[in-house]
Order: sequence, then C-alpha cells, then structure tokens
Amino acid sequence: MKKNVIAIAGVVCMAALLTACAGSGTKTETTAAGQQEAAGKLVMVTNAEFPPYEYYDNNKVVGIDVDIASAIADKMGVELDVQDMAFDSLIPAVQSGKADFTAAGMTVNEDRMKNVDFTDTYAEAAQVIIVKEGSEIKTPDDLSGKKIGVQTGTTGDIYADDIEEANVQRFNKGMEAVMALSQGKIDAVIIDREPAKVFVKENAGLAILDEAFTEEEYAIAIKKGNTELLDKMNSAIKELKESGELKKIVDKYITAE
Amino acid sequence: MWEKLRDDFYQNFIVDDRWKYITGGLQNTLKITFFAVLIGIVLGFLVAIIRSTYENTHKLKLLNAVCSVYLTVIRGTPVVVQLMIMYFVIFASTDPGQVPTAILAFGINSGAYVAEIFRSGISSIEKGQFEAGRSLGFNYAQTMWFIVMPQAFKNVVPTLANEFIVLLKETSVAGYIGLQDLTKGGDIIKSRTYSAFMPLIAVAVIYLVMVMVFSYLVKLLERRLHRSEH
Repeated sequence: MKKNVIAIAGVVCMAALLTACAGSGTKTETTAAGQQEAAGKLVMVTNAEFPPYEYYDNNKVVGIDVDIASAIADKMGVELDVQDMAFDSLIPAVQSGKADFTAAGMTVNEDRMKNVDFTDTYAEAAQVIIVKEGSEIKTPDDLSGKKIGVQTGTTGDIYADDIEEANVQRFNKGMEAVMALSQGKIDAVIIDREPAKVFVKENAGLAILDEAFTEEEYAIAIKKGNTELLDKMNSAIKELKESGELKKIVDKYITAE
Repeated sequence: MWEKLRDDFYQNFIVDDRWKYITGGLQNTLKITFFAVLIGIVLGFLVAIIRSTYENTHKLKLLNAVCSVYLTVIRGTPVVVQLMIMYFVIFASTDPGQVPTAILAFGINSGAYVAEIFRSGISSIEKGQFEAGRSLGFNYAQTMWFIVMPQAFKNVVPTLANEFIVLLKETSVAGYIGLQDLTKGGDIIKSRTYSAFMPLIAVAVIYLVMVMVFSYLVKLLERRLHRSEH
C-alpha cells in the first residue's frame, strides 16, 4: 500500500514537471522568434550595483536607467522586465538574445561598438578616482605603481590596464572595491562619477579627486543588427529629451549642486 | 566556420597578450589549491585525531567540543561567504594579501571535510586491530600511528582525492575578493572581448585537464598502496 502511494506521488510529480517544461517551452518559442514586442515585453539586463543609475530599493531594481527604460517602454507600448546580472555578462546576454537591451550606465566605446549597437547617448559621465582622505595620490598621474581597485569589465577597469606598473584588483561590485579601499587594502578606486559620489557619501574618510580620469557618455546597448528596435528606442529617447522628461528623471536621482 | 574560430581565438588570447590573464590566473589557482590542501590535511588530521580519541576514550572533552563547533560552522556555511568574511571582516584592518587570505579561507574550509574523511577512515578499522596493538605493548598513540592510521589512510584515499578535486574547483570563487584566479582570468577576457565561448571553454578545459592529471596520480598512489595486499 505504502509503495503504491509513493508510486502515485512520483507520477504526479513527473506530470507536474512535464507540464511545467512544456509551458516554458512554448514561452521561449515566442520570444526566440524575435517577437518580444508582439509578446508585449522588453527584457532589460543591468547590474544593480551602480547607484544612482541602478540599485536595489525595497527589493526592486530602481534608478535613472530603469526609469528611462520604463519611459521608453511606455512610449513603445510594451512591458518592461528588468533582470540583474554581473556587469561583464551584460553584453554577452544582449548578443546571445537572452535580453533585448542593456541600460547599465554603459559607456560607449569602440570595442563595445564592435559587439553591440548603441542608441543615442542619454547621459554625460566620467571615470573618477576615489582615494582615502589625505592620500598621496593627487592626480591621475600619481596612480602608476599603485594598487587600484575597479569593477570587472567597466571602462575604469579597461583604462586601468594602461596605467604603468599598476596592480589592478578587479572586484565583482564597485562597492566591494570601495570597501577594500576604506580598509586600506588598495590605494585608489576608478569608477563612474555618480556612483562614486554615492559611495563617498556612505563611507567616511574617502574623497574624489577633482581631476576626472576620463570623460565619457552612456547609452543603451542593443543586439547588433536589430535596427527596428534601435530606431524605436532612438525616437523614444529623442522624445524624452525634447519633452524634458529625461532631465526630470535625472534630477529625481541626482540633486544639482 | 574554422575561420571564425581562428579569429575568435586570436581575439580572445593573442590580442593584447590576453592569454596572460589565463596563465596568471592559473598560477594563483594552483598556489591557492596547493597550500589550502596542506592546511586542510594538517587541520583535518588534528581534528580527526581529537574526535576519534574522544570517541574511543572520552578524553579531550573540551577540544572535542571546539572541533564540533568548527565542523558545524564551516560545513554549515558556503565557502564563498567564508571567503568574504575572511577578507572583509576578519582581515578588515590588516591586509595579509589576497592570495594568503584565500589560502587560509579555503584551507580552513577544506580541513572540516578532511577531518570527517579521516575520522570515517579511522572508524572503518576494526576494533580488533586496535586491541591487537595494545596487547603487543603499544600505547594509544603508537597503536594509532603504526597500526590504525596506515590502514585508515589507504581506505580514505579515494574520498580524500575527491575532496581535493572539489577544493580545486571551489577556488573558482576567489574572484569575489578581487583576486585573479583562473576563472576570473576568463571573466576578464570575456569582459574585454564580449565573447563568452572561447574564454569559458578554455577555462573549463584547463580545470578538466588539471583534475584528470590529479586523478591519474591518485590512481598510481592507490595502486602502490594496494601492493601490500597481494
């Protein structure tokens, strides 16, 4: 009798599993066909460790990029699905079609342009240097031979490669590099300006160097050759810029000095 | 297709000397694994001796309690969490360097598993062997060292080898503390070339080859240990 019960339970589980698989199977078919918009959904990937552009608040990914993306999705009449992953996996995810686009405070640069298409830029940015207060590092030139913390795959990481004799330590999250800095394990962190401001505000004893490391611009990245989506997004971004909505979103997160 | 593969290979490993991320990472992975294994064996051996001595003789009660806590805590938490605690909490104000931090974290982690492996080896030896040793005039330590341990070691070699294979692969989370190990080396290349295939496959193949070589060496060791049985 007991055996029978177990057997029945087993069969029920199998059946449940099979239907679950079948269910997800049909779903992937529709998205795989590149009909995301028909399905009414755009999948955005980002790395939610990058305040104020994207970060977790009340268990939800929020920030400038998320607001801009959802404004764009609204204009396109589709739903937005935001997924969080490691920064260095964002472009591969877009390339392989696992996501429709990435908005992650991503700087437009040539290497990336070989692999994805960028929309028009929507924000000015810069790589800055965070040091401990009273550090002997005063300008970007002082970085040679120092221990520098960066987030893997960011432009700060790529530029750090070119610094002479630098010992570059690559962290998964910008915050972890900043923690290592405040614990004195590294001498400086190169990271984007706005997150840097947040990190410095939250950690006493740190300062941002006045002279920026580089100036750059952010844009949304889309799978190469998907001109239809690119055009739609570009016109949505244009509308947002012209209506002043974009500025409103940015001002909501970054209070002007 | 071959052309594309060749081009991919060139982009991922040749341009900018990117292969150096892999070789540099491999060095760190090997360093961490080697020294962590050593710490693991020493720690595991000590803990196993204390635990089985307590089981047999009910001595060392306090030490046994300490060991139990160690096993519970280490086996009850993920190694990547232990690694980050080691780096960001325990060594918050001092910096022994990332590789030593990782060695310590993985060594202490491995010690817990090795301890249980050794202990199961010791309890796999019949009580009669122990009694025979004592009746021949050996004391407790001598019986352990000359009669129980050699037989126990032979029994645990396969499981022990398994633990070290697991340890080698577990070091792939060392990147969490900004350390560049083999996996992180692949990740860095991936973040430069935006292609996942080549760096990930290369990293996977290197781990696989290391484990295969190690398994082969273990097979040789096992064969040598079993010679006494014929």
